[in-house]
Amino acid sequence: MSSHCRNSLAAMAALALLAGCDRENSDARGKPFGETIPSTSPDTVFPGGQKQVPLDPRLAAYGRNAFAIAQGQQLFGAMNCVGCHSHGGGGMGPALMDAEWRYGGRIDQIAQSISEGRPNGMPAWRGKLTDQQIWQLAAYVQSLSGQAPKDAVGSRAEELSNTPPQTQTKREPVLPSDSAQQ
Amino acid sequence: MRRILIGLIAAVILIALIAAVLWTRTSGRPTQNASGTAVNPNKAIAASAASPPDDGNWTMPSKDYAATRFSALNQVTPANVVGLKVEFTFSTGTTEGFEAPPLVVNNTMYVVSPWPNNVFALDLTKPGAPPKWVYKPNPAAAAKGVACCGPVNRGASYWNGRLYLNLLDGNTVAVDAETGAEVWRTKLADIQKGETITMAPLVAEGKVLVGDSGGEMGVRGWLAALDAASGKLVWKAYSTGPDKDALIGSAYRAPYAQDQGRDLGVKSWPPEYWKIGGGTVWGWVSYDPSSKTIYYGTSNPGPWNQEQRPGDNKWTAGVFARDINTGQARWFYQSTPHDLYDHDDINEILLVDYPVGNGQRIPALIRPSRNGFFYVQDRRNGRVLSAKPYGYINVYKGVDLKTGRLIPVPGMEPVAGKVSRNICPASPGAKDWNPSAFSPVTGLVYIPHLNLCQDMGVKNANYIAGTPFVGADVKMYAGPGGNRGLFTAWDPVAQRKVFEIKEDLPLWSPALATAGGVVFYGTMDGWFKAIDARNGKLLWQFKTGSGIIGQPISYRGPDGRQYIAVPSGVGGWAGAIVSANLDARDPTGALGFNNAMKDLPKRVSAGGMVYVFALPK
Repeated sequence: MSSHCRNSLAAMAALALLAGCDRENSDARGKPFGETIPSTSPDTVFPGGQKQVPLDPRLAAYGRNAFAIAQGQQLFGAMNCVGCHSHGGGGMGPALMDAEWRYGGRIDQIAQSISEGRPNGMPAWRGKLTDQQIWQLAAYVQSLSGQAPKDAVGSRAEELSNTPPQTQTKREPVLPSDSAQQ
Repeated sequence: MRRILIGLIAAVILIALIAAVLWTRTSGRPTQNASGTAVNPNKAIAASAASPPDDGNWTMPSKDYAATRFSALNQVTPANVVGLKVEFTFSTGTTEGFEAPPLVVNNTMYVVSPWPNNVFALDLTKPGAPPKWVYKPNPAAAAKGVACCGPVNRGASYWNGRLYLNLLDGNTVAVDAETGAEVWRTKLADIQKGETITMAPLVAEGKVLVGDSGGEMGVRGWLAALDAASGKLVWKAYSTGPDKDALIGSAYRAPYAQDQGRDLGVKSWPPEYWKIGGGTVWGWVSYDPSSKTIYYGTSNPGPWNQEQRPGDNKWTAGVFARDINTGQARWFYQSTPHDLYDHDDINEILLVDYPVGNGQRIPALIRPSRNGFFYVQDRRNGRVLSAKPYGYINVYKGVDLKTGRLIPVPGMEPVAGKVSRNICPASPGAKDWNPSAFSPVTGLVYIPHLNLCQDMGVKNANYIAGTPFVGADVKMYAGPGGNRGLFTAWDPVAQRKVFEIKEDLPLWSPALATAGGVVFYGTMDGWFKAIDARNGKLLWQFKTGSGIIGQPISYRGPDGRQYIAVPSGVGGWAGAIVSANLDARDPTGALGFNNAMKDLPKRVSAGGMVYVFALPK
């Protein structure tokens, strides 16, 4: 093994350790904590100028957390999301693995869509799922288009689906304003 | 030398024998029937009471109660079809799957769009056929989210001055054909439970027959009869549950033991599962006026995961015969007991007088079923006379004609924890909803269908009202030969294929047969094709703007010419990858159809246009 290779391995290990801090953070044995669905808009035009709202810190917390994403994936199957959206390719409902987001592709916007429903057939899950579950679902949905770090998503498809593992999902571009906010 | 001589004699005798056989086959004395077409005693003919002489109109999607999709107009022939030109086009303004046929009644064409189910009445007496009126029913947009296979509509029916159609959000409406005014609106299905309505109603004896969609949503299937005058419910027959709900009473006589017994719609399910067990009626209804009997098929049971519903799951995936006035069942035949693969039985049912030898004919129904068998059944009692495969099947061995029971190939059933591979036919079957056409001239059934196989894995599905209840991951692909579509001309009497056309894409468009000897169908990349009814030779084709999954028709225009019309607008289950902009990278998208249609978005785009053709004046 060359020293170059050793160095890069060490660097990778350090990175993995750092990334691991967020990645491993889970509350599996704790009480469900009081969570709320943010009031957010899927819009990007605000009359009279850009409305600067600080981004919810939970976006980052959920978006790169392996536990949240895994919980979301489990809910995605159990709540029959998969029946409409398949494993991201869509069907009765729109595809979730592409770059197109009708109502915004940030986790808080996705959480809003899940919680409140959308007028072309997306049911409103408020009251059926806890707000925390909705955040987890939103984190998983966002990861379908490759937005989550590769070490936070499953390295094999959990279902008998012939779908490639999420670690191989290409990261789709998102709107410039949104990606700047990530 | 002697050996050569003997050989020669043998050859001569053989040739003479072949000639004799051919001669007797082709020279069955032709006679004339009421509508003027030649009748060969060896051919099936359309049930006369259900298929009156053609008046040049097209008043219901299936053309007549016998579901022939046969036009007796004969100006367009194999010799001149090459001269067909576009006369006019009409855009619905929609980009969803466009399955509904235009109807033509008394020089007015009625076009029904996919959701939002707008109806346009076009004046055929004026150049360019401008609209006379537009009817906008405004069905709920939320209905689109519970429509399993695109927010499609399979057409309206005209009866006594009114149009009857179903809206995606579960309403049936009657519209004045002259003015476009809504006469009544009756809510039958509940989108909160995942029910929609996509089928074309059949109207007969003053009743509007309507069934629900939602076999993938854990709904309970039914067929309802509404009073055509008032829209009030006359009867409603469920496809699952106790006999009183299924309108199974003293008049019921099932042909086979498996369908005899009390409350089988409850007993053939795990406790309470019949309440969410599917058996929807989203396909076609046929009607025999001489016996006042309707015939229709029921959909797959739910969920797709067979492990959750041990039992025969009655009365799903089978055919009901019912009294049109009371709804009481006369018989039931379950084509696919305990369906494993979403092999619905909602396909069209053609009513014919079927030759059984010695110049005798019996009232029969013939149908290319989704499970891949072409059934010939005595329609008085449901007994199966024949069930031969018209497509590639490897999950069923055949149909036992003694017991009437389908024989599955053991070991092919999808079970949890493994992927079942190479299931043929795939979930949409050897043929899905798009009906075949029957020509009494050739005696052949023209079947546009599929050549798809699939891999399938099952998992537990949770029932949550208004969400999908499927429990399966599916991945479809082309069957043997690599072509995804097939157009088969089938002789229902000889029970064999006469010719077959391989199509690259799945065929999702119905067929149209004409007395001129030309048969029409469309492809999902937009080609509208005319073939010779005798041998399948491609005679003419025209590239429409979108893909064709809609029903072609033929009518006589105000100028006396024969017109051919076809909707173009890709979508539906097979075309959702285009109309709903699905992502081709997920093979399980659109319940697994995505994998078989990856190339479609590169070949065609969505649309909603009616094309009308005629020969030049």
